Amino acid sequence: MTIAALNPSPAPAILPGSGGIRGALSDLFWRRPQLLLLLMLLPPVLWLGIVYIGSLFALLAQSFFSIDEFSGLINREFTLKTYGDLLQAANLDIILRTVTMAALVTLASAVVAFPIAYYAARYARGRWKALFYLGVMLPLWSSYLVKIYAWKLILAKEGILTWLLAKLNLLGLLDAWLSLPVVGGNSLSVSFTGTFIVFVYVWLPFMILPVQAALERVPGNLVEASSDLGASPGQTFRNVLFPLALPGIVAGSIFTFSLTLGDYIIPQIIGTSRLFIGQAVYSQQGTAGNIPLAAAFTVVPIVIMGFYLWGAKRMGAFDAL
Amino acid sequence: MRSDRAQSAPLGLKIAAACGLLFLHLPILLIFVYAFTTEEKSFVWPPPGLTTQWFAVTWNRPDVWQALSLSVRVAAISTAIALVLGTLCAAAVSRTKFFGRETISLLVILPIALPGIITGIALRSAFALADIPFSFWTIVLGHATFCVVVVYNNAVARFRRTSGSMIEASMDLGADGFQTFRHIVLPNIATALLAGGMLAFALSFDEVIVTTFTAGQQQTLPIWMLEELIRPRQRPVTNVVAMVVVLVTLLPILAAYYLTRDGDQIAGSGK
Repeated sequence: MTIAALNPSPAPAILPGSGGIRGALSDLFWRRPQLLLLLMLLPPVLWLGIVYIGSLFALLAQSFFSIDEFSGLINREFTLKTYGDLLQAANLDIILRTVTMAALVTLASAVVAFPIAYYAARYARGRWKALFYLGVMLPLWSSYLVKIYAWKLILAKEGILTWLLAKLNLLGLLDAWLSLPVVGGNSLSVSFTGTFIVFVYVWLPFMILPVQAALERVPGNLVEASSDLGASPGQTFRNVLFPLALPGIVAGSIFTFSLTLGDYIIPQIIGTSRLFIGQAVYSQQGTAGNIPLAAAFTVVPIVIMGFYLWGAKRMGAFDAL
Repeated sequence: MRSDRAQSAPLGLKIAAACGLLFLHLPILLIFVYAFTTEEKSFVWPPPGLTTQWFAVTWNRPDVWQALSLSVRVAAISTAIALVLGTLCAAAVSRTKFFGRETISLLVILPIALPGIITGIALRSAFALADIPFSFWTIVLGHATFCVVVVYNNAVARFRRTSGSMIEASMDLGADGFQTFRHIVLPNIATALLAGGMLAFALSFDEVIVTTFTAGQQQTLPIWMLEELIRPRQRPVTNVVAMVVVLVTLLPILAAYYLTRDGDQIAGSGK
C-alpha cells in the first residue's frame, strides 16, 4: 500500500477516454472550455460584427462624403461639408421638431402607462395578472402597420371619433382644436395631434413593461407605512412611489424616445407634410439620392441616443429592463 | 404578516388602468368590424352594412398571396438563422464570465435598440458599397440580424434558471458533451427556444422599416400594406388583410406566452 501511494506515476483515469471523433471532440471541449466558448461565440459575433457593425461603419463613412450639387454624384473624399448642410435652418427645424415630439410622446406614455403598470404590479393577482400581461403583450406584438391603419380609420374625417364627438355634441371642441396653428390641421389624420396620438399608442406597451417591472419590486407595506405616517396619497406618490418607479420610467423612455426619433412611417401616413428625421433620411437617400446627407441625418439620433443611454445608465435604468 | 394582498385598488386607479387597457385594445378590435363593412371608398362609421364578400375577393388576389408567401419564407429562414445564432450566444454568455461579455450582449441588443431606419439605411448603403443586388437573401440578412435578440433573450433567461449541477451530474454519469446537450440541455431549453422562435417569426413577419431598404422591388406583406396605405387601390381588401394579419400574429404570441409561463417548474431551478 505505501509503495503504491509513493508510486510517482499518475493514477489512471476513472473513465476510459471515449472513442471516435465525437468522443475526442467531447473530451477536447471538456478539457479546453475556452475553445468551446470561442466556437460558440464565433458565428453570432461574426454575423453581427460583419453584417451589422460593418454596415453601420459603412454608413458612418458615407456621412463624411459629400454630394456634388451640379452632377449629383457622390464625391468620395473626406469632408465635413455634409455635416455643415445638416445645420441649415430647414434641417435644424426637422431635428428640433422630431426631438420635441419624442419628448412629448415619452412624457404622455409615462402618464398613461403608470396606472396600468401600478395596478398590474400591486393589485392584480392570478388570473387577472395573466390577463394584464397578455393585455399589454398582444398590442405590443400586433402588427405595427395594422395599428397605424386602425388609427387612420379612427382619426379620418368621417371616422369613428368624429361620429362619437358628434353624438356627444362636442364637435365644436374638435373644430376649435383643429383650428389651432401648429397642432391642428384639416382633420386629425393630417395633424401633429394625430401623429402624437398614434406614436403614444404604438409605443405605450414599451413603457408599461419596464415601469411594471420596477413597481413589482416596491413592497406594498412601504406604501402603507407612508400613509400610516400621515402622508396623503399624493405625497406617497411623489415621495415614495415615483422615485422608486423612476428607473423603470427611464428604461421605458429609452424605447419610446428612440423609436419616435427614427420612425418615418407614422408621420408619413398620419401627419402633415412637415418632415421628421426619419422621413428626411428616407427622402434624402431615395428621391434626392443624397446618401451622405441621409447618413449624416442618421448620426443625429445615434448621438442623441448615445447621450440618452449614458444618462439612463447613470440613473440605474438598465437594472429595470 | 403582509396585508397588501387583501386590499383592493382605489376606484380612480381602477378606472385609469381600465381606460388604458381599452385604449390599447379598441383600435385593434375596430379592424375586425371594418373587415366586414360594405363601404368601399371611405372610412365611414358606423358601417352602412355588413358583408363577407371581401374575404372572397381577397382570396382571389394573386398579389396578396405572393406577398404572404414571401413574408412566410423570409420569416422562416430568418427565424432558423436567429435560433442558431441566438442560442449559441445565450449559451456562451450565460455559462461563463469572459472578457467582452457585456460588449457581446450589447452587440445583440443594438439592432433593436437603435431606430430601424438606421439598421435599414446602414444595410442598404453597405449593399450598395459591396455591389450586392437586392434579393430574397438581402431581406433575410436584415431580418435575421434583429431577430437574434428575441431568441437570445428567451434562451438566456432559461439557461440562467437551468441548474448547472444537472449538467455536471450528466457528465459524472459518463455522458459525453454531445449526449449531455441532446438529453439534458436541449429538453430544458426547448420550450424557451420554441417561444423565442415564434416571437422572432412574428417580428420578421411584421417588419416593415428595415425591409423597405433591403427588399428592392419585392413585396413582403407589410410592404404590400404600406403601399396600400400610401396609395390605396381597393380599401376593403386592405381591411381584410389587416384582420388576417392580426389573427396570424396573435397565435404565435399566445403560444409563446403559454410555453414560457410555467418557467418556475424547469428541472433543477430550485437548486
